Amino acid sequence: MTTLSERILDAPAGEYVDCMVDRAFAHDGTGVLALEAFREMGRAMPAYPERISILFDHLAPANNSQTATLQAELREFSLECGLHFSDVGEGICHQLMSEGRVLPGEIVVGADSHSCTAGALGAFATGVGATDMAAIWAGGSTWFRVPETTGIHLEGNLSGAAEAKDLALTYVGRLGMDGATYRALEFTGDGAASIVMDGRLTLANMAIEAGAKTGLFYADAVTRQYLAGYGHDVAMQVPEDPDYAEDVTIDLGDVVPVLAVPHRVDTVEEVTRYEGTTLDQVFVGTCTNGRYSDIKRFAALIHGQKVKTRTIVVPASRDVLLRAGRTGVLTGLIESGCIIGSPGCGPCLGMHMGVLGEGEVALSTANRNFKNRMGVGAEYYLGSVATAAASALAGEIRSPEVL
Amino acid sequence: MEGTGHAVCLGPDIDTDLIIAGRYLRTKDRSVWAEHVLEDLDPALAPRLRRAVIIAGRNMGCGSSREQAPVALREAGVIAVIAPSFARIFFRNAINVGLPAIECDGIPCTDGEPVSFSLDEGWVEAAGIRYPARPLSGRMQEILDAGGLVNYWREKE
Ligand code: SF4
Repeated sequence: MTTLSERILDAPAGEYVDCMVDRAFAHDGTGVLALEAFREMGRAMPAYPERISILFDHLAPANNSQTATLQAELREFSLECGLHFSDVGEGICHQLMSEGRVLPGEIVVGADSHSCTAGALGAFATGVGATDMAAIWAGGSTWFRVPETTGIHLEGNLSGAAEAKDLALTYVGRLGMDGATYRALEFTGDGAASIVMDGRLTLANMAIEAGAKTGLFYADAVTRQYLAGYGHDVAMQVPEDPDYAEDVTIDLGDVVPVLAVPHRVDTVEEVTRYEGTTLDQVFVGTCTNGRYSDIKRFAALIHGQKVKTRTIVVPASRDVLLRAGRTGVLTGLIESGCIIGSPGCGPCLGMHMGVLGEGEVALSTANRNFKNRMGVGAEYYLGSVATAAASALAGEIRSPEVL
Repeated sequence: MEGTGHAVCLGPDIDTDLIIAGRYLRTKDRSVWAEHVLEDLDPALAPRLRRAVIIAGRNMGCGSSREQAPVALREAGVIAVIAPSFARIFFRNAINVGLPAIECDGIPCTDGEPVSFSLDEGWVEAAGIRYPARPLSGRMQEILDAGGLVNYWREKE
């Protein structure tokens, strides 16, 4: 029977379809180029402005006047055209889209590779480049090849210090960096049902690291409850014995704290193997692990202690920051010696605050550890929030099992 | 569409950060991207890309959605990129900016040797042997024939 992608795109795998897009978004990086392409196409006004979001997160606030000038142009365009506009300091595009702006069954296209994140909500959510985005602004639709699907069947429950991030790294390691190229992932099974929305967002977020077009969860009771918090009453999606191109089964009980070691996201090893590696920086945040539950868990694990290395915490959105402020989480982090960044991508892409120096080693909760990404000549490991906490306290890589 | 260029051989999993590093993205000046293209892989590569056909390994262009990656290659003079498989956003982006991306398996690569391709006839030729290339979808072919998605849209008017 049909997969969720086939259901949403309304055609069998392998077919090419033209679809109206329910929600299209770009950030300050890709939006600038999209605007240029849009104008080169001879356009002034998007066809469906109410469906378009522009969210400033990559270099936010701007790092220099060149960036600020580019941003000013895009800001002006967004406001003039009446687009949904989210200025610097509001947060990461994927986080803001998942805060009630994407609904199950929708077709969502973002000019950013991690647009697959919203697949956690049962939407067909995928990334495109800037010119594709400009064409969507112009006409409201785009083409897709309906993807085959790799089914990731999750059994059991996460245990011990392992968290959704360890599961995400585990499946990416298992599939490899191109293990799901041109395909979608679908997460199913009792194990999937047991994962809360923040964990699902982490899992869907990393689908692109295995080359996938999107990573989908069927909307269930967890989705309903999560979206009810944003005032939406949504229907559930029930799997109908979908036909998968490949089946992968993961027993959550087998998942242990792991790291993606430099410089490949699919080189995934147990944290214990790298214990003792001295760290110059720990970074907690990003569209993978910058949600409130992540920040709160990190703060709880280091509570009352001092971090032994430069530790940067960047909430994924203003809402996350606000909640952390209200609940005292923020104060705890500051007392422990953490640096708090304004909501956005922070040091993730090595373009402004928190960039690493030559030869420096860091541990990050992000999704990508390509060579030189976070700083020329630097090395960085990707791990969970709990691994980041244990490592920040030790000043070196440490398994969270000690906490 | 067809062409001939000299081969530039790259390995598998060339990510978009390697093609054009984030630190060069704070501008819309394409010549900056062309100058620094593939710098973190090999700083000596950029000048060799004039009329080059890149033969890469699998998963070419993985990583981010940054369209500056295929634009940088195009601006540096690359006339086509050939690989057994591409990351899908890079593949779309390449066609959208008018850079032929050709899926083709098993081509031997020797740096500097001539490589020819014909998208219309669906082959790549290296060292005197022709290899079948996977055809583009009808839409992608139209976009490429128009010289990219911007022109495709202009022509639609
Ligand atoms: S947090 Fe990092 S991975 Fe996520 S959108 Fe921003 S730059 Fe990309």
